[in-house]
Amino acid sequence: MFVAEYVRPKNVEEAYQALIKDKKNLIIAGGAWMKLTKKSASKLISLEGLDLNKIVATEEMIEIGSMVTLREIETNENILNTCSGILSLACHNIMGINIRNIATIGGSVMARLAFSDIYPALLVLDASLVFYKSGEVSFADFLSHPNHDPDLLLGIRISRKAEAGYFRKVAITALDFAIVNLALSKTADSWRIAVGATPFIASLAIEAANYLDQYKELNDEIIQTAVNMALDEIKVSKNQRGSKEYRIELIKTYLKRGIRSVSEHVG
Amino acid sequence: MLVNVIVNQETKTFVCEPGDYLLDTLRAYNYLSVRRGCDNTSCGVCTVLLNGKPVPSCSVLTASVEGKSIITVEGIQAEAEKLGRHFGDEGADQCGYCNPSLALTVYAMKNDLFQPTEAEVREYLVGNLCRCTGYIQQERAIMKYLGDE
Amino acid sequence: MMKVVNHKIPSVDGLGVMKGRHAFTDDFSDKHSLFIKVLRSPHAYARIVSIDCEAAKQLPGVEMVITHNDVPRIPFTRAGQGYPEPSPHDKFVLDEYVRYVGDEVLAVAADSPETCDKALELIQVQYQVLTPILNFEEAVDNEIILHPEPEIHEMFPIGFEPKRNIAASYEMHVGDIENVLKKSDVVIEETFFTQAQAHAMMEPHTVNARIDYQERLILYSATQTPYHVRRIISQGLGIPLSKIRVIKPRVGGGFGGKQAIHGEMLVSLVTYKTGKPSKMIYTRKEVFESSYTRHPMRMDVRLGATKDGILEAIDFKVLSDTGAYGEHALTVFMVVGSKVLPLYNKVKSVRFYGDVVYTNHTPAGAFRGYGAIQGNFGLESAIDMLCEKLGMDPIEFRQKNMMKETETSPIFAIMGEGTEGTAMDMDTCKLEECVETGARLIDWYKKYPRIDMGDKVKSVGMAIAMQGSGIPFIDMGSATIKLNDDGFYNLLIGATDIGQGSDTVLAQIAAEELMTTIDKMIVYSSDTDLTPFDVGAYASSTTYVSGNAVWKAAKQMKAALIKEAARILKTTEEQIEFDGVTFQNEKEESISLVDLSNQITYSEDQKQLSVTSSYVGHKSPPPFMAGFIEIDIDKETGEIDIVDYVSVVDCGTTINPKLAEGQVNGAIVQGLGMAIFEDVKYSQTGKLISNSFLNYKIPTRLDINKLTTVFVDSYEESGPFGAKSVGEIGIDTPPAAFANAVYNALGIRIKELPITPEKILLALKEKETN
Repeated sequence: MFVAEYVRPKNVEEAYQALIKDKKNLIIAGGAWMKLTKKSASKLISLEGLDLNKIVATEEMIEIGSMVTLREIETNENILNTCSGILSLACHNIMGINIRNIATIGGSVMARLAFSDIYPALLVLDASLVFYKSGEVSFADFLSHPNHDPDLLLGIRISRKAEAGYFRKVAITALDFAIVNLALSKTADSWRIAVGATPFIASLAIEAANYLDQYKELNDEIIQTAVNMALDEIKVSKNQRGSKEYRIELIKTYLKRGIRSVSEHVG
Repeated sequence: MLVNVIVNQETKTFVCEPGDYLLDTLRAYNYLSVRRGCDNTSCGVCTVLLNGKPVPSCSVLTASVEGKSIITVEGIQAEAEKLGRHFGDEGADQCGYCNPSLALTVYAMKNDLFQPTEAEVREYLVGNLCRCTGYIQQERAIMKYLGDE
Repeated sequence: MMKVVNHKIPSVDGLGVMKGRHAFTDDFSDKHSLFIKVLRSPHAYARIVSIDCEAAKQLPGVEMVITHNDVPRIPFTRAGQGYPEPSPHDKFVLDEYVRYVGDEVLAVAADSPETCDKALELIQVQYQVLTPILNFEEAVDNEIILHPEPEIHEMFPIGFEPKRNIAASYEMHVGDIENVLKKSDVVIEETFFTQAQAHAMMEPHTVNARIDYQERLILYSATQTPYHVRRIISQGLGIPLSKIRVIKPRVGGGFGGKQAIHGEMLVSLVTYKTGKPSKMIYTRKEVFESSYTRHPMRMDVRLGATKDGILEAIDFKVLSDTGAYGEHALTVFMVVGSKVLPLYNKVKSVRFYGDVVYTNHTPAGAFRGYGAIQGNFGLESAIDMLCEKLGMDPIEFRQKNMMKETETSPIFAIMGEGTEGTAMDMDTCKLEECVETGARLIDWYKKYPRIDMGDKVKSVGMAIAMQGSGIPFIDMGSATIKLNDDGFYNLLIGATDIGQGSDTVLAQIAAEELMTTIDKMIVYSSDTDLTPFDVGAYASSTTYVSGNAVWKAAKQMKAALIKEAARILKTTEEQIEFDGVTFQNEKEESISLVDLSNQITYSEDQKQLSVTSSYVGHKSPPPFMAGFIEIDIDKETGEIDIVDYVSVVDCGTTINPKLAEGQVNGAIVQGLGMAIFEDVKYSQTGKLISNSFLNYKIPTRLDINKLTTVFVDSYEESGPFGAKSVGEIGIDTPPAAFANAVYNALGIRIKELPITPEKILLALKEKETN
């Protein structure tokens, strides 16, 4: 890749100033996918050394620094113990360990990769993004309303309210991108359902979740109705990894299995 | 630009361009056990240990490794030999193009996981593709190597 | 009792390779090499109208730009085959026409890859875009002609009709097929398709060149066929053969993909013209788009049987897609028949015929299995379909109809590879034992056809296969053994280790015969200046053909040693007893091999003991196997768990049982890749979409749970220490065994590879709605 200069700002302000100075200046996070998307940069701005690689947990939430690697998320005790560990599981299923050692959650989020396995998990964990300038933005809004003003992602907050969760990725081999991925979570009173790689970027099935919220006890009929509602909300199409029909079948099956699994866990 | 690194416990200064990838720099400096298999992190052949962790050197900028430690298989010869003997016993050697990168990942795994099961070993090593062996004999050899300790 | 052969000797090079010693082609490139990069066609079919490369030539660091105007117009084939080649001479180093997305337009040589890239960006090429042929079923007699150039030709009749887009064609029959089919009680007629599988060896195609101080061109090449490379470069560039040396260092996997020329022509051209060293390494994208694939095929299969399950007729019509150029076109095609159809040798009539056609796709070439895997998928799927119609157990049917020891098939005499074949009886054929043992190991009768497990269903499927052991009267291997002081040997062989372990296996054969240990048999292979001729690593020939040459050489060396010992110990050769370490005469006077070697090297009647032997096969004894797969399928998603793959193999003596197991295991997984995972996708304009490991999925270690590979006792009299071949046989059964298992699980028959979870589930949904 052609890069004129590689810089290591000493603080976030310095990094921000470098970023807004020139459109050809780019932030480099882990660099795992940079080759696939960028051919050149005037300045590559490293975020290393800005103390963005911490995972801080409280009772209600976990804040993950944007430079935390996917491998660190995969193995973090607090994240493993949150919502059936779905964010760790989502990371665990991404490519090989060598990539997970360099790929960061910040890079994964900012790249807006439609096949990303972590997006559905973040959506059902009610995640929010903490930006240097724009402050806290809900992850769902970030996905549905892209804002292209240059800014620095400092961290990601996930809620610990959910009692149980479910994550599933379907791929051709263990090293492939998803044909479809989906995640579910349930707090004491509300469900969240998210489906990604459809091949569109992940989104929440809000109506379906609200429908499930009405019932204390679920039966096959309720689950089926919720699944059908989710399929109405989520845009599905074909790409080289799978046809629309196949994706619909996968979503049907795994939403059904996911809802059952989560309701069993919460008793 | 100049990049100061510690390669196999030896201090080195690489002269490189800001956009150079670690794989190309290492090969230019004669660390020829580090090899290219693909161009986009998807095969594992170019793996080296960066601060002890396996990373794909084809996608790590040399500029980003300033001050860090790099280990190639040249730096773990005794471990590679132990693993290599088990490979020999199990007939797990075929072309061996990816064996140095596999040895490094196995070595990192030994430090990372405590008494891993065969399933955990497979999960840890899944990013190391092999087209020759069908994997099974490699795994037998690796389990024996782990059992040596 | 053998001490080295049939023992689990570790690979002679395993430790060094694991420890990262310099071994592979690029490890030996000159530090100051020019880099060569190729501008590749963005069009599936186009004529180059003009090339403006002046700006690129002015760029500092650019050494030369090579276009079709700068190369000799000599047609050749890139296929690494014996001479005269059975492939059409239909390729020029560079041509005015480009025939697939990724075809070579021109090349740039410069001081770095970055300079090459900049230079390529500065070059303007104007194309006249032509309508391509992207559907191989529409190729024959299409109004678009892909090879109109007048110079191209066949070397001997192979059915080459470029005006009809036919690279090769063939027809054979035994008996009156229509008549036998008409009289058969049960007939099935089915069509099968296979895809353009990619070899996906881990080491990309790599080559480098320099001129040595004798003004000769020296190439290091990751090739399976160093001698053929030398000959083809000489032909294509008009450089005398004596001026070229090709060295094959360690090769990072080949699988047939390196049985052809890749960058060799361009590095030779650049280095020969400039006198400067040069090198070329394919990107992974180039490996996928611009090397070779397996030949995709359409197979129209008709089978006829009596109602009590006697197979009477096999009719096989095949259409094969060779892509833009005809490498291995006829020979791969013929193997579809010659190494598949004899499995059922009791038929009254068999017919095999069809065409190999040009299209505007990446050229097809040699690939492990070489037609047999395609044919096996067609035939062994069809056999199970016939069994279903007959209401007969597929194992019982096979046991009744398949090849047995001492039997033969008329096909052997009729079909060779590009030529007539060689009649032979099956002196070793343990197929019955393979089937019986495999059925027991997979627990067939408990699991066949399926066990319902709720969301999932478990099932089993099987197929039988055969391959060959070299090409009789064509493939030649040779070996030189030389004795050194201190009593160790050099084994110099033309045979080509591409990672399969032939250096080890051949050293074992020599060590066994000379009763020494493997550490005293120093092997060096594949250097056209230093080692004797060998055709190379293909056609499952190395253990059998090169191995026989090594065995002969070792016997000759033994005789030469005994002659020297008899002289020294003043007796006749008959009186000498040699145990590998010491020679003894009838008076119990003795001399050690160490002393003998030192004596003849330094002190008395000095000489170099060295012998060379060659071997050409007079037959090609097939290895046989039975493959059994156990799978669990998720009925709601089509997702598959491969629970186990049982391979029971008759390859004669396993020279090295662990390396033989590795050959089978690796081939099974490659075959499973073709069966299930490895989908090849083109865009509507003919661009390969599956051109990286992100988009072309080979099996990972998490996709393979268990492989059970066993060898039956077998001794092939004509092979070295009883060996046949084992390099390819493993790849043949997985597609059909898997297709049969899917049918046994769900009652759906998928006839187009790969059989993905998506295809399974959608077929199941369709079946449920009907």
